[in-house]
Amino acid sequence: MSNAKDDDAVAGPVPVAPVDAGPVLAADGTPLKRSLSRALRRQKGRALLLIAPLLIFVLVTFIIPIGSMLFRSVENDIVANTLPYTVQELASWDAETGEIPSEDVFKAMYDDLFLSAEAKRHTRLGSRLNYEQTGMSSLFRQSGRGIDDLAGDAEDALEDAVPAFGDGETWYALMNAGAGEGNTSLLSNVRGRIGRLNDGLASADMDFVPSAEIAAVLPRTARTYTEWAVYTVTEDERVPADNDPWELVSLALVEELKTADLSGLSGDQAALLRQAQAVEFDIPPYSETFAEIDDEWVTIIPWETIQTHSSKYTAGYFLNAIDAQKTPDGYEWQPEEKQILLTLFGRTLFMSLMITGSCILLGYPVAWLLANLPASKANLLMILVLLPFWTSLLVRTSAWKVMLQSQGVINDVLVWIGLVDDANRFVMINNQFGTIVAMTHILLPFMILPMYSVMQTVPPTYLRAAKSLGATNWTAFWRVYFPQSVPGIGAGSILVFILSIGYYITPEIVGGTTGVFISNRIAYHISSSLNWGLAAALGSILLVVVLVLYWCYDRIVGIDNVKLG
Amino acid sequence: MANTSTDAAFVEFERVQKSYDGVNLVVKDLNLSMPRGEFLTMLGPSGSGKTTCLMMLAGFETATHGDIRLGGTSINNIPPHKRGIGMVFQNYALFPHMTVAENLAFPLEVRKIGKTTREEKIHRALGMVQMNDFAGRRPTQLSGGQQQRIALARALVFEPELVLMDEPLGALDKQLRETLQFEITKLAHDLGITVVYVTHDQTEALTMSDRVAVFENGRIQQLAPPDQLYEKPENSFVAQFIGENNTLMGEIKEISNGTAVVQLDGGDLIDAVPVNVTKVGERTRVSIRPERVEMNKDRLMPGAKTLKAEVLEFIYMGDIFRTRLRVAGSDDFVIKTRNAPDQARLTPGTQIEIGWLPEDCRALDA
Repeated sequence: MSNAKDDDAVAGPVPVAPVDAGPVLAADGTPLKRSLSRALRRQKGRALLLIAPLLIFVLVTFIIPIGSMLFRSVENDIVANTLPYTVQELASWDAETGEIPSEDVFKAMYDDLFLSAEAKRHTRLGSRLNYEQTGMSSLFRQSGRGIDDLAGDAEDALEDAVPAFGDGETWYALMNAGAGEGNTSLLSNVRGRIGRLNDGLASADMDFVPSAEIAAVLPRTARTYTEWAVYTVTEDERVPADNDPWELVSLALVEELKTADLSGLSGDQAALLRQAQAVEFDIPPYSETFAEIDDEWVTIIPWETIQTHSSKYTAGYFLNAIDAQKTPDGYEWQPEEKQILLTLFGRTLFMSLMITGSCILLGYPVAWLLANLPASKANLLMILVLLPFWTSLLVRTSAWKVMLQSQGVINDVLVWIGLVDDANRFVMINNQFGTIVAMTHILLPFMILPMYSVMQTVPPTYLRAAKSLGATNWTAFWRVYFPQSVPGIGAGSILVFILSIGYYITPEIVGGTTGVFISNRIAYHISSSLNWGLAAALGSILLVVVLVLYWCYDRIVGIDNVKLG
Repeated sequence: MANTSTDAAFVEFERVQKSYDGVNLVVKDLNLSMPRGEFLTMLGPSGSGKTTCLMMLAGFETATHGDIRLGGTSINNIPPHKRGIGMVFQNYALFPHMTVAENLAFPLEVRKIGKTTREEKIHRALGMVQMNDFAGRRPTQLSGGQQQRIALARALVFEPELVLMDEPLGALDKQLRETLQFEITKLAHDLGITVVYVTHDQTEALTMSDRVAVFENGRIQQLAPPDQLYEKPENSFVAQFIGENNTLMGEIKEISNGTAVVQLDGGDLIDAVPVNVTKVGERTRVSIRPERVEMNKDRLMPGAKTLKAEVLEFIYMGDIFRTRLRVAGSDDFVIKTRNAPDQARLTPGTQIEIGWLPEDCRALDA
């Protein structure tokens, strides 16, 4: 009697290793390994060329935009870019003391705010900070309007005393290095700053280089003038020499001249500056100026907010996305009335699970019929299953609206039969029920098709075998057929769940307020509130949730067991 | 030889008919009775109704008309899982998501047999097919022959009295098939179980069975032990279907006490046993097995009728020689001779004379 083990013993000749070890050579004498890898490389290269168009297309239109979108969820350079000097000065301030920041901070803020108001960037920063602290938006908008009063007064005083300062040429001659030594590092710093403020590069097309001499004596004046010069060239495309600089430059000059030591300077410049030194203009403390614009500035709240959110990367959007926020004292939950997103995430998951569950319940028998009916009937049924695909999604969703609304088909029929009182019609739309019903209907084919393709591969003899072994119809189904159809259920569930977790149109139309998904919130932040960082954070969380669930599924069921066809 | 008396009728088909479409009968008026312990094979070309019969017995198809009885009680209305019949399928039908042991445990679990007894029975069943080492494997990790052994063990593990096998060896290679044929027969006899075996492989049917039912066109053409089936076919279908066969067309000239004289279409007269011919003048198909044709006149009975033949082709097949002849106008008359030292190797074109014993030559329906 042959042994059962013989059946799979494939006894082939055992390859014998060559006695003279050493690299095996190809026919042309090169080592075989190298010529093999060369041949393979050529094949791979050709294959890569074939898919290159798709690869580039996917990279350019899909991966890069999505990557940059997701990057927005942590990106936070707007504070540092708009208020660089303030952020620098604030670093040493401690909000714990309860005191407002020093005069230096207010001065830096004045310069920063003046520049960003000129560039009309302060409102954007205001909206960004408003996500974290209510009132910041209006504070910045208002301050942008009031910021140039002080500087305007300083300019008037300066020009009254020295009329030459009313002329752009004078300023240019004073500040430009000309034949003298230029301070190029100041210039490149300012270029970088203006570039970051404007989300672009500052123009390099200019003759102006700040004079090193002046920059040493009057650093703030030199800096603000350079800022103006670079900005004017970049944004307005005007020549600095022909234009009067910002009032801020006059303010800086007047202030610096009060203490500056002009002894090192000589010639026309020195004379001009000495003249200007005589200007009678008292500059009040900057904190007073800010207090005049808005009392809010002399509380610690705006400074605290700016300091907390001044880092280039932030977890703030993610914290917001889970109803928390970053405060100077660490992290804390948002106030009750603002908490909505965690509820939405929970609801999205719950409803997606409900939809997946109902799709399994409704789809399984249909898939079974499809797999077991004779071909002609199965084809007809298949057309019915695919029929929804041929209708517009909007039409299908709207049809559900017609069906489910309180004066709709279903309620009318129920009232007509007498099952429901006319006064107490069911509320089936604009709530979770409506969303679940409509989405189950829309996603059902995605459940049926993978199930069907798996069930098709389960031969009916398994059921017969089980019955012949003594199993009842139910046992045969549950213990033999069902386990083999699980990969189909798994594939369909993954498909339906992932589709529904990010679904937008149907919940938007039939969801009302209680039946909307997180995706509707994302859409709101993308198109209405323009808080793209939060939208990106919500999207990233959704992505991570899906990946985690996918991983869990892989651990429990095994992704190898999923058959999509 | 199996006892075919009705009081030992363990499995009985009585006037069973089956139609799928209401127009054609797939099984026509089937009557069959099997004693306990018999190994019966249903043999026939595909579409002859043999598998349908098996499925009706297993309970997967219902008879359109007639009665199927198991151990004296009608099982027409008993669902398959209550019939207690073991079954082996052509594609093994081992449950892929269960191990070998779990597959074997399945019929025991649904019968609510305790764990200890269950394990003991599984061990014994696996031992019967020499597969004890494979209990923890999955079916997909086994070769075809091993899978079929497991399927066999699974059909036997709950100790059914009747086991049905639907072309169980059809998917295996020849050598493995022969080994398993032997094993199955031996197991069936050792355990004393009754087996209904369906195949379209006549060698399998002849070597394994106590009796063979030859199916054709929804009817049993002949139900007989293998030797009778081969040597004494009752009609020309069975004669053609089982083994190799030479046929010569002719007309009955004379019938008397068990012998008939047949005039072949070439004009020669031969003796034959009349099987299902009754009248003089009737057309007949005369059937002779190739190995029963004799070229050596000395071995024939004195006075036996002989025919002239011309050698057309000589094929050397190792153990035997196969010679194709032109006899009485027929070009594919084949004889087989044993490769013995004194056996002549005929060259094409040689004229010889052939004859046979009258009882080996059967006059059947045309």
